[in-house]
Amino acid sequence: MDWIVPLILTVITASTPLLLSATGELITEKSGVLNLGVEGMMLIGAITGFAVTVSTGSAIIGIIAAAIAGMAIALIFAFLTLTLMANQVATGLALTIFGVGFSALVGSGFVGFAIEPLPSLHIPFISDIPVIGPILFGQDFLVYLSIFMVIASGWFLTKTRAGLILKAVGDSHESAHAIGYNVIGIRYMATLFGGAMSGLAGAYLSLVYTPMWAENMTAGRGWIALALVVFATWRPGRLLAGAYMFGCISVLQLHAQSAGINVPSQFMSMLPYLATVIVLVIISSDQTKIRLNAPACIGKAFRPAQ
Amino acid sequence: MKARFMKRTAAALATVGAMALGMGAAQAADPLKVGFVYVGPVGDFGYSYQHDQGRKAVEEKFGDKVKTTFVENVPEGADAERVIRQLAQTGNELIFTTSFGFMNPTLKVAKQFPNVKFEHATGYKRADNVATYAARFYEGRYVAGVIAGKTTKSNIIGYVGSFPIPEVVRGINSFMRGAWSVNPDVKVKIVWVNSWYDPGKEGDAAKALIDQGADIMVQHTDSPAPLQVAENRGIKGFGQASDMIKFAPKAQLSAIVDHWDDYYIDRVQAVMDGTWKADDTWHGLKEGMVHMAPFTNMPDDVAALAKETEEKIASGDIKIFAGPIYDQAGELRVKEGEVAPDGMLLGMDWYVKGIDAELPK
Repeated sequence: MDWIVPLILTVITASTPLLLSATGELITEKSGVLNLGVEGMMLIGAITGFAVTVSTGSAIIGIIAAAIAGMAIALIFAFLTLTLMANQVATGLALTIFGVGFSALVGSGFVGFAIEPLPSLHIPFISDIPVIGPILFGQDFLVYLSIFMVIASGWFLTKTRAGLILKAVGDSHESAHAIGYNVIGIRYMATLFGGAMSGLAGAYLSLVYTPMWAENMTAGRGWIALALVVFATWRPGRLLAGAYMFGCISVLQLHAQSAGINVPSQFMSMLPYLATVIVLVIISSDQTKIRLNAPACIGKAFRPAQ
Repeated sequence: MKARFMKRTAAALATVGAMALGMGAAQAADPLKVGFVYVGPVGDFGYSYQHDQGRKAVEEKFGDKVKTTFVENVPEGADAERVIRQLAQTGNELIFTTSFGFMNPTLKVAKQFPNVKFEHATGYKRADNVATYAARFYEGRYVAGVIAGKTTKSNIIGYVGSFPIPEVVRGINSFMRGAWSVNPDVKVKIVWVNSWYDPGKEGDAAKALIDQGADIMVQHTDSPAPLQVAENRGIKGFGQASDMIKFAPKAQLSAIVDHWDDYYIDRVQAVMDGTWKADDTWHGLKEGMVHMAPFTNMPDDVAALAKETEEKIASGDIKIFAGPIYDQAGELRVKEGEVAPDGMLLGMDWYVKGIDAELPK
């Protein structure tokens, strides 16, 4: 059973970036904004986090900078789609393409740098407890943050007034506007939150997962995060389970291979998307389920009546 | 009036003539345009990076007599054809396409541009204007195998593979023959990531292998991620394509370094001299197209043995694929006293006996 603990540790690192960016996207989508630029924002976060860490020597400053950079890119998106009312799908795709190119441009000077990975928590004695110690008390702080954020998001959406307002804006912007809420302002904030979380997810990749900068290093994880939000039917609890399930699938297939079990790895890479399609089919077959969870106004531009 | 017009016309004609002459002269001194197509980013610090070092060496050697262009991150497929055609159309006279998957696109474009010369790396199809070239990386892998066989304590090698193509399979076979030459108990575990370049996945594959007991990491993918994981987990490993010691100062034993500089310079020179031919080049340690990064993080006697192995391969004293060689099914592939011909090596789609893994089809 020696392999169980390292396996779980690998699954945690594979799942954390998905969880971080998907939590951000979930809040964004709940407000009625569909931002397909997750991949781009993650890449911008990854290069910013790496570049700032290399320049300042402090991973913490790097992580904060990555979140700010993600927000800055999300702000561009918000300005284009919320203020100028550009099409959200097209703008999101453009944002991803922009992120790929821009991060490569900025990153060309940072290729080949090596940094120390982010330190992990180590509490004497407690972290040394077999099995539970390293898994529960031996992670870096971004892992704890990702779990905290998804739980906090669940609490925020169901238990707070602000969360209810956010959902109202996402479900019926006309009504929310009519009773006096600032629809555009709330959507701006939700989009910025999504950007910050994607920035953090990117920083996790370049500072913890593989501590280096490489072009296009997200390799499609932003798209998995997007799929994950749908897979979880916009519920933070399921999002947490889904992120760990997707992380588990990607790691398990590598383990299966090295253990000599033959699984077609292409099939495993396809699974997250396949699972998402199946969930989509299931929720579409039952109208009430969609109404309960999916933000009704997702992707729709809001033009306040003058 | 008429005379004046005539005069003017004559003057204009003279000018045009002079310009034409001038242009002709300029054209003669025009730089030779050379194009490069890379599968990864030049910043991968591995395979594509080394090709780009070769391109830079060409620029340095010939100065303003050449003008080089490169296109990076070109996917192996329909896009490649478009990129190669674009390079041919914009006046490049010599085009290097540097990845196996560019083979068919290169040949297709070459047919349409008979006056442009093409060089395709690691492929096996040639034409009147398409030469092929490759490096015998597997020679370096044999040396790495010898080092690994001497260094491993768990006797388990972790091998991160990209795609199960002959190039990679040959590398695995060669590596293991090297390892077995000094330690017959060595076993290998192989994980295919189905990508040349996905740092996250390569790193996860490396972690999976280490979790399965591997204490030496070998990779045939292009990013430094697997070696970096080796460094963090406190095991040893080898760099791929370029010297990756920066990423793993405590873990890198050596690296199999591709060295294209001399070849690229030779070929550009050949085009300039008009002696270029569509031939096939497969060079290794002897010619310097492959060389080993410094032997680090190992005892002196292992380093000395590695050095000796490297020299013996270069001199031909060690023939890596000398018979008898059996495949996994027990079939005799190379008879005693014979050496596997290059044709067999280029199409190698079987593991040698003793490798305990199934080759994905």
